[in-house]
Amino acid sequence: MKLEVKNAICGYGTKKVVENISLCVKSGEILCLLGPNGVGKTTFFKSILGFLKLLDGEILLNDESIKKWSKVKLARVIGYVPQAHTPPFPFTVIDVVTMGRTAHLGMFASPSNEDRQIAEEALETMCISFLKDRIYTEISGGERQMVLIARALTQNPEILIMDEPTANLDFGNQIRVLEQINRLSKNGLGVIMTSHFPDHAFLCSTKVALMQRGNVFKVGSVDEIVTEENLKSAYGIDVKIASTVNDKGGVIRSCIPLIS
Amino acid sequence: MESTVKISTENDLDRQVHVVAKKEFNKVNIIMPILVIIPIITFILSFTVGRYGISAGEIMKIFISKLLGLPANWSANVETVIFKVRIPRILAAMLVGAALSMSGAAYQGLFKNPMISPDILGASAGAGFGAAVGILFSFGIAGIQLSSFLFGIGAVVLTFIISSIVGKGNNAVLVLVLTGMVVSTLFSSFISMTKYLADPNSKLPAITFWLMGGLSTIGISDVKVILIPIIAGSVPLILLRWKLNVLSFGEEEANALGVDTRKIRAVIIICSTLLTAASVSICGMIGWVGLIIPHLARMIVGPNYKVLLPASFLIGSTFLLVVDDVARSAFSLEIPLGILTSLIGAPFFLYLLLKGKKGWI
Repeated sequence: MKLEVKNAICGYGTKKVVENISLCVKSGEILCLLGPNGVGKTTFFKSILGFLKLLDGEILLNDESIKKWSKVKLARVIGYVPQAHTPPFPFTVIDVVTMGRTAHLGMFASPSNEDRQIAEEALETMCISFLKDRIYTEISGGERQMVLIARALTQNPEILIMDEPTANLDFGNQIRVLEQINRLSKNGLGVIMTSHFPDHAFLCSTKVALMQRGNVFKVGSVDEIVTEENLKSAYGIDVKIASTVNDKGGVIRSCIPLIS
Repeated sequence: MESTVKISTENDLDRQVHVVAKKEFNKVNIIMPILVIIPIITFILSFTVGRYGISAGEIMKIFISKLLGLPANWSANVETVIFKVRIPRILAAMLVGAALSMSGAAYQGLFKNPMISPDILGASAGAGFGAAVGILFSFGIAGIQLSSFLFGIGAVVLTFIISSIVGKGNNAVLVLVLTGMVVSTLFSSFISMTKYLADPNSKLPAITFWLMGGLSTIGISDVKVILIPIIAGSVPLILLRWKLNVLSFGEEEANALGVDTRKIRAVIIICSTLLTAASVSICGMIGWVGLIIPHLARMIVGPNYKVLLPASFLIGSTFLLVVDDVARSAFSLEIPLGILTSLIGAPFFLYLLLKGKKGWI
């Protein structure tokens, strides 16, 4: 599966928010979208997911434009993991995860035992089976994020779109979520995620897209995009990129902001 | 690269909660049959309630002989009381209770807000105005009901049109609720205006009394008439109940999960409006039922619409039937149903809030 965005212009009504976006994500790749607040990352996501109409350009799935696709057809290919939030009603975790099956159900159908089974497997994949019967509104933010990823998995998508999957998580949970994302992509999922930490790009992405003000948009490998100059120009702060070596002798790089 | 994800929880506590939750899930399997039996029992017992005393045994005997086609060995009075007076009233109370509760439950999911009741888009106020106009122009009972029903639907259509002009597709749910409030207020002031214009000796009391809500004038033909919109409204809701779960997570998430929110939202609003307008058109403004019954149902069976909607249907029909039984038998003067539902509903809702588990509200 290949998701391709060609010269997209995204925005609300006639107001352009971002222009000239082109990128491509294949199965097994993780694209990390970086950029300062308010630069249009969310608007771009909304356009891929079909919440907003593209003002120009096109989005292709396996070379087929998704413009005319129904919600159900799109949902069977693209899964969406929103930022963890609290819904108004206290659903159990298994109910929330089972909702991911909706795109595979008939108009009037409710999930069958088989759908429930798939949901349980997704919980297992995310190693959170112990949450199954807990109340979604009463679990922690990190757990909720895992549940939402599990829900997207039951959709059985080929591309996963994640809106800041590490937002509001503590240090450990951020890394655990990233580990899971890495694992999912190794199993063949294509992932597009946003993050506010360039370090996360080093930890798990195969590709990085950097959105900057003034419609500067760059895509490339991590080493090409996450550079001291690019970060300085995107975020307006001085950054040093440091390298360390892990236990296996691999080089790990990370960003260190410099405070004046 | 197998990583075990265990996020800030203690094992023992987990298992404990797990067991509790498991029990609760199984509870639903026991509760649903009970929820089916209670309305049936209430239905039978309600025949015994009223000025003219008939025992439950006698009622059962009459029903059985009717069913088997045995000859009637009871008085004509009993026949009239049961079949002309009590049956229509009992059925109407159950239908209206079920209809209002279901549309309330559906709206609470659709608008992602447990504080919403079926009149949020103006259906009740519109129907009230329609009835007031009907009374003002002396339309006759059927005319009043029809005018009420049509104005109820008209008010919601107005809300829908205005909101789509105002909202331009953005934030549709919030804009709908706000427009609904505006339209409701508008129609409430129209009602006041009709009252102001009405003859204070005959029309004004009739309008006021009608607005208080009640089933005292109900006949079997009224029940037959509202049965159509109530079935037309509740069947699609029951069929679409899984989608309501998804909708309660918000428009964008529901979209991403494969629900065509615009289409489903329109269907749900049409159905709920049919239910509310039909109810108000035969029995006036009955407050509270559509707000508290979904809460009560949620406390008993949980928030999953797969069971919540049928449970709201069953509990709502029982609730309004019991309240109507009280209305017609507690005092020598019949209390308008609308007053009684609020009178019972308000403290009952407080009780639910006090007793309710955290998060179940």
